[in-house]
Amino acid sequence: MRDRIPTPSPPAPSRRRVLRGGLALGAAGAATLTLGGCGSTLAQGFTGGAPSPSRLNFWNPFTGGDGERMLAMQDAYRAAHRSTELKSATFLWGNPYYTKLTLSTLGDRPPQVAVVHLSKLPTLAEAGLLTELHTGDLARHGLTEDKFDARPWRKSQFGGAPHAVPLDTHPFVLFFRTDIAEKAGLLDQQGQLADVDGPDAFIDALRAAKEVTGAWGGSVASVKEASMQFRLFWSFYRQVGGGDLVADQGKRVVIDTAAAAEALAYIRRLSQEKVIPANTDGKGAITLLTTGKAGFLMDGVWQALAVQSAKVKFDMRPLPRIFKDAPYACAADSHALVLPKAPTETAQRLDLSLGFIASMLHSSKLWAEGGHVPAWLPTQRSRAYKELVPQSHYATAADGAVYDPAAWYGGAGSTMQNVVGDAVTSVFTGDTSPTAGAARLRRDLRELASRPAPV
Amino acid sequence: MATTTAPSSTSSRRDRWAGPGMLLPFALFYLVFLVGPLIYTVVAGFFETSLLKSGLGDFAGLSNYSAVLGDAEFWRTLRNTLWFTVLTTVPLVLLSLVLALFADRFVRGRWFIRFAFFAPFVLPSAVVSLLFMFIYADQLGLAQEVVKWFGVDTPPSWLGDPDWAMISIAAATVWWTIGFNFVLYLAGLQDVPREVHEAAAIDGAGPWQRIRHVVVPMLGRTTTLVTVLQVIASLKVFDQIYMMTSGGPDGSTRPSLQLIYDTGFVEGRVGYASTVSLLLFLVILFVSLVWFALVRRAEKEN
Repeated sequence: MRDRIPTPSPPAPSRRRVLRGGLALGAAGAATLTLGGCGSTLAQGFTGGAPSPSRLNFWNPFTGGDGERMLAMQDAYRAAHRSTELKSATFLWGNPYYTKLTLSTLGDRPPQVAVVHLSKLPTLAEAGLLTELHTGDLARHGLTEDKFDARPWRKSQFGGAPHAVPLDTHPFVLFFRTDIAEKAGLLDQQGQLADVDGPDAFIDALRAAKEVTGAWGGSVASVKEASMQFRLFWSFYRQVGGGDLVADQGKRVVIDTAAAAEALAYIRRLSQEKVIPANTDGKGAITLLTTGKAGFLMDGVWQALAVQSAKVKFDMRPLPRIFKDAPYACAADSHALVLPKAPTETAQRLDLSLGFIASMLHSSKLWAEGGHVPAWLPTQRSRAYKELVPQSHYATAADGAVYDPAAWYGGAGSTMQNVVGDAVTSVFTGDTSPTAGAARLRRDLRELASRPAPV
Repeated sequence: MATTTAPSSTSSRRDRWAGPGMLLPFALFYLVFLVGPLIYTVVAGFFETSLLKSGLGDFAGLSNYSAVLGDAEFWRTLRNTLWFTVLTTVPLVLLSLVLALFADRFVRGRWFIRFAFFAPFVLPSAVVSLLFMFIYADQLGLAQEVVKWFGVDTPPSWLGDPDWAMISIAAATVWWTIGFNFVLYLAGLQDVPREVHEAAAIDGAGPWQRIRHVVVPMLGRTTTLVTVLQVIASLKVFDQIYMMTSGGPDGSTRPSLQLIYDTGFVEGRVGYASTVSLLLFLVILFVSLVWFALVRRAEKEN
């Protein structure tokens, strides 16, 4: 049926014509870039011109459940501000995100608003990458100190002035299966976890859960998750009263090796007594809980949605208080909104940016559903949040929140988390003794502190 | 006379510029994206260049070089990289030769065998890493189950044990990348003339002898190419390790490229990272040159 005679191909254009056409196209493209320079982000990137006054660029590192909630919060902003064109970009969490943020700010093409971890704030502010905020400007948008949780607010200051607006606190907490805990006889009449505080009480509870699951009592990420091991150590080390690891923005090492050895000895006990597996990655640790092979999980609150989606009976509470030598402590960090330093005031668009930040805080309830404890007190103290389960069950953990030590090599996903986490893992798996581990921590931190700072 | 020579002289002038003219676009890319950054790397190594500040930073002289050469972590990552290179190059050269010889013997269904061995190579590193993270997973993974069938009660933690992690990653890499070498060997096998086979067969050589004394020596040049390409590729390992273990457990799988990435992008010490990358570049250059020199001498002796 098909026509077998090949259709003659159109005469091939001469090389010269192709070249000429290409040049014309290129020239047209260049003209579009210069004339419509304000129009597209791409063109703005090439020409370096300021984006149009109604445009707001926003960068964040949120994917998964957090990402969905962040999109909903942006939709709420869009609905209320029809004249503003909100362009948001999501990047992979961690160092790739901070690298992009740093380079775009240095290259005078920063977004107007960006999300950062407060543990990273000292380094970013010291490097001069952030716009200092003034209380007067913030107050104009209803962002006053009395409306914020004290800890993240204090952490948002640098050199006595606010440099960020905190959105939440996300501590390291304890997840548990209510069905397993009930069978193990660990629940009281109200369905709350009976006392798991203290070194022996916690291990006893894990052992009781292990008898029910037949596999493990609890789980925590160790393989490939140096930052999780850092959080485990940092929580217990602060509970022992170990104080800071480094001082002077990381130039001096002040680790208390005796306290570190005590914290490490307890971490080693968890694997030695076979209540927690020594080799589990991040996903594996959650899977052990959701498949009922472990009754407890020590992880960040941001995993609440991941566990929730498995549709098992579970609840959450603050990390147990193992040591009583110092005020209660658990490793935590906060997301905050910052204004990366823009080349000009027109590019910064202060009031547009602050208005957007205020709108994000007004959506704190949405954000809290993802597991984070809201820093915005009107939401944190609201009835709606108190009725949010299990989110409201661990809100008190934020009172014991301890941030990463301030150092240019510290903060979320940093070298310090990796170096400390590696040493902790090696104690956890039994390759290093707790005392040797503490000595190694001091040695490794000294090596980090001796390096020339890039800020 | 003059009227006939004039056009020919202009055309020859045009011809003289035709070659370089065609090279120009590529040469521009080469200059902008390869030579330029290389020069910048060399220069940045002499400065305390920081990612957090614009410009080159303070002049550091040779202090970056002495710091890198005295850094135990640099030598450890180099050792890890070389260990990975040994673990992958040997099986990737030998096994791909064996597989190519095997596939070449099939007449019917050869396309399927070629496809089966080459297929993993088209997967992106992210897919391969995810796949093997499931296979190597602790408590729940396939690899531990399989070992248990063979009577091992407590299987090692494939990616969690410092002694096993690099071997596990190398095994995944071999499965993933063997297709490329396999195809090169298959192409080399096509070049072995039929007559040579026949002559050897008439002289009474069995199949094994034909492979050992005829085919393998005739594949010498292919082997050289495959080995050099493989060594260079293995020395540049990064993605699958970064995704599967991010250099852990306890830094036992951290390759040199990750040290460059970590110091340059995580810590922002670009000057130091430039020094490390230049030194790694020299190591790769040195290994390749030594290999080529050895091969050339062996060829001359033949």
